[in-house]
Amino acid sequence: MAITSPSTRLWWNEPAHRSELIWIALAFVWGLVMFFMMIYWHATGAQNLANETYRTTPNAYYAKVERNVADWQVRELNGLPVIKPPAGADVYLLGRMWLWYPVLELERGQTYRLHLSSLDLQHGFSLQPININVQVHPGYDHVLTVTPDRSGEYTIVCNEFCGLGHHTMLGKIFVVDR
Amino acid sequence: MSEIEPAPDQEPLRIPFMQRVLDNHFLLLFLGVVVPTVLYIIWGILELVQIPVAP
Amino acid sequence: MSKTVYRTCPTTGLRIDLSAQALIKANAVAAVVFLAIGGLFGLSVALTRWPAVHLLPADWFYLALTAHGLDVLLLWIIFFEIAVLYFASAILLNSRIAAPRWAWAAFALMLGGGLVTNVAVLQGQSSVMFTSYPPLMAAQHFYLGLILFAVGALIGCFVFFGTLVIARDEKTYQGSIPLVTFGALTAAIIAVFTLASGAIILIPTWLWSIGLVSNIDPLMYKLVWWAMGHSSQQINVSAHVAIWYAIAAMLFGAKPLSEKISRTAFLLYILFLQLASAHHLLVEPGLSSEWKVFNTSYAMYLAVLGSMIHGLSVPGAMEAAQRARGFNNGVFQWLRKAPWGNPAFSGMFLSLVMFGFLGGISGVVMGTEQINIMMHNTLYVPGHFHGTVVAGTTLAFMAMSYLLIPLVFQREVAFPSLAKWQPYLFGLGVAGLSLFMMGAGTLGVARRHWDITFTSAPFDFNYPPTAYLLMGLNGMAAIAAALGGLMFIVIVVKSVFFGKPVRDRITLAAPSGQPISAAVASYGSAGTLRIPGTLVLVGVFFTAFVLYYFVNWKYLSEVWPMR
Ligand code: HEM
Ligand SMILES: [Cu+2]
Ligand SMILES: [Cu+2]
Repeated sequence: MAITSPSTRLWWNEPAHRSELIWIALAFVWGLVMFFMMIYWHATGAQNLANETYRTTPNAYYAKVERNVADWQVRELNGLPVIKPPAGADVYLLGRMWLWYPVLELERGQTYRLHLSSLDLQHGFSLQPININVQVHPGYDHVLTVTPDRSGEYTIVCNEFCGLGHHTMLGKIFVVDR
Repeated sequence: MSEIEPAPDQEPLRIPFMQRVLDNHFLLLFLGVVVPTVLYIIWGILELVQIPVAP
Repeated sequence: MSKTVYRTCPTTGLRIDLSAQALIKANAVAAVVFLAIGGLFGLSVALTRWPAVHLLPADWFYLALTAHGLDVLLLWIIFFEIAVLYFASAILLNSRIAAPRWAWAAFALMLGGGLVTNVAVLQGQSSVMFTSYPPLMAAQHFYLGLILFAVGALIGCFVFFGTLVIARDEKTYQGSIPLVTFGALTAAIIAVFTLASGAIILIPTWLWSIGLVSNIDPLMYKLVWWAMGHSSQQINVSAHVAIWYAIAAMLFGAKPLSEKISRTAFLLYILFLQLASAHHLLVEPGLSSEWKVFNTSYAMYLAVLGSMIHGLSVPGAMEAAQRARGFNNGVFQWLRKAPWGNPAFSGMFLSLVMFGFLGGISGVVMGTEQINIMMHNTLYVPGHFHGTVVAGTTLAFMAMSYLLIPLVFQREVAFPSLAKWQPYLFGLGVAGLSLFMMGAGTLGVARRHWDITFTSAPFDFNYPPTAYLLMGLNGMAAIAAALGGLMFIVIVVKSVFFGKPVRDRITLAAPSGQPISAAVASYGSAGTLRIPGTLVLVGVFFTAFVLYYFVNWKYLSEVWPMR
């Protein structure tokens, strides 16, 4: 029994049953499939998270965000600036308690270098309704190269607990047709 | 440690290598701590300390 | 040192060290108390997330969620695991327990630490979630309590190792340790890594909360913290798999299909299971995809291989034992004739099935590097782990309790007809919790979130209407789970403190009437073994796994391109 010592002294030499061995082989191969699937997707898939990250400071990062706003602001929405960066630009988005700043207007089918960082706590960048979720850290500038492929209004929900106002922390990204 | 007393009229049992490993609890403890420490923690820390400063 | 006092168990004939028995009792009772507290917090959280009920105000919600995570995930689970370690070493090896005074000191540290952290949370200044990610800072004693708890649990693990040494030196067993003890050894090894990582990261964080350290790097913290946070879940897995084997043995006299294969599966756990701590860092900046892919896959899914082996060999062992007893008709007579009215069996079997189908599949899928982008920090995550640690571990621990009550506490299980239904009600509720939260998560609903209607946000946003429906259903499932949990608590408290003493030999075995000691003597000689029912079960499992895996890649391919 499993609660007593093995009855055979040399249990390692006992033969195993065929069905168990087949199951092991199947599970092992399936593991390899799943493992190589991730690598395959890096080579051929379109959705992979970037590894591009830089060390930064809240002040340095904030200065870049402000420069974006000065250069590209097109209007205001609920008191927040809306910026429309040119295609291919480095776009700096910040999370802070309890705001995503600024609002972005992007063109469908264009590619942008979207930077994410925080000025205070960790936040969760959760883009709805397409459900892209990325963790945002203070002190680190994480660069995603994204290509919005459908136009519409997208909402950034904060999905990392960031204090009592966490559930009020929303931002917007508009994707417009060219 | 996993030597099993041989019956008087028998040769001492030769315990297979893997059975010896699985019976060696402190070897397992060593492996179970070292493997994740190296592959997960140390490798991870090495990557984190190499993050470049933003231009 | 005082002399060891033993009693002889009338049922198994084992010699039981009374101080080991007292330690098992103390740890198990503490575990159940924290389950009761934590479960209540869990219910209040679920009722708050039910939009139509929205029970708690925001500050209380975050407090309750922090307390829920701590009390159930750390305190209930680890206290019970320490009890399991002592049981699997001292009792199953027929040995005295090593250093009982140290074991009591460990218990005191764990209890004191757990209480201190609970007080810190209830005082309101430490609603930081049990993960306490910096720069979010809790009160000093929040961290101090956790450190004391971790040190205590670590001492408990070393008492287990000490007991293994004593049993070997005093030759209380022949040959190798039992498979169940080997599973417990796996849990203890992982626990050493886990608790050491916890202490390593929480001590500087504590110093930071006092002001002695100026800065804790949030990424570094997360890396090391999850070496504790996730590996502790791997302790659970090892412990509840050991319990599956134990219950199969105690109820059916089941013998492992193959000692070699089951132990190798545990070895895969020892080597690779802990790497999966990377599951929590898949959408983090700063770590390379190489690191993520290698670690999240437990080195090419070798630990998943281990779990899939247990998934065959646990039901397989029961099937073989049942067939050896004559339940040989058709593919599933062995299962139909299983003791479904015995909560130790039903709890164990539900745990096995739900852990595989709900927790296991979703965990592997969500732990895929790229697929995680669609799930990180959504309700999918708690949906997944209520399938693992609640449906899997908690239910297995409950099932085990129904055997520990007569064997270790020497009491009859009170309210037997209630006990019969308890695993079903709890299991049903938890299955609901798990599925509904996963469903809401695929619709994007955030975890740890007080208000999914965003009433005081600067913009308008609504999740799809189905999300509201799912959150309502989730609330109802929570009520069922909480009732099932309450039944368990009532049964345990009544049995342990007011139960009828058991003096004689008891029958644990299946209704066929064959008692435990008439163990199925031998089967599994590779030629004759037949387990067709188990093969059907694992075939269904495998199909579901493959389909669900590729469906999620399909969803991923529809997301914005990014690199
Ligand atoms: C009556 C039974 C239970 C109910 C109704 C319940 C319900 C919930 C709900 C609704 C959440 C919140 C999800 C969110 O808002 O993010 C949650 C979180 C959680 N639950 Fe449970 N749960 C129960 C039992 C358990 C048990 C037994 C465990 C562990 C053994 C557990 C572990 C957790 C953990 C670790 C979290 C995450 C806390 C966090 O995000 O910080 N739960 N539970
Ligand atoms: Cu936030
Ligand atoms: Cu937040």
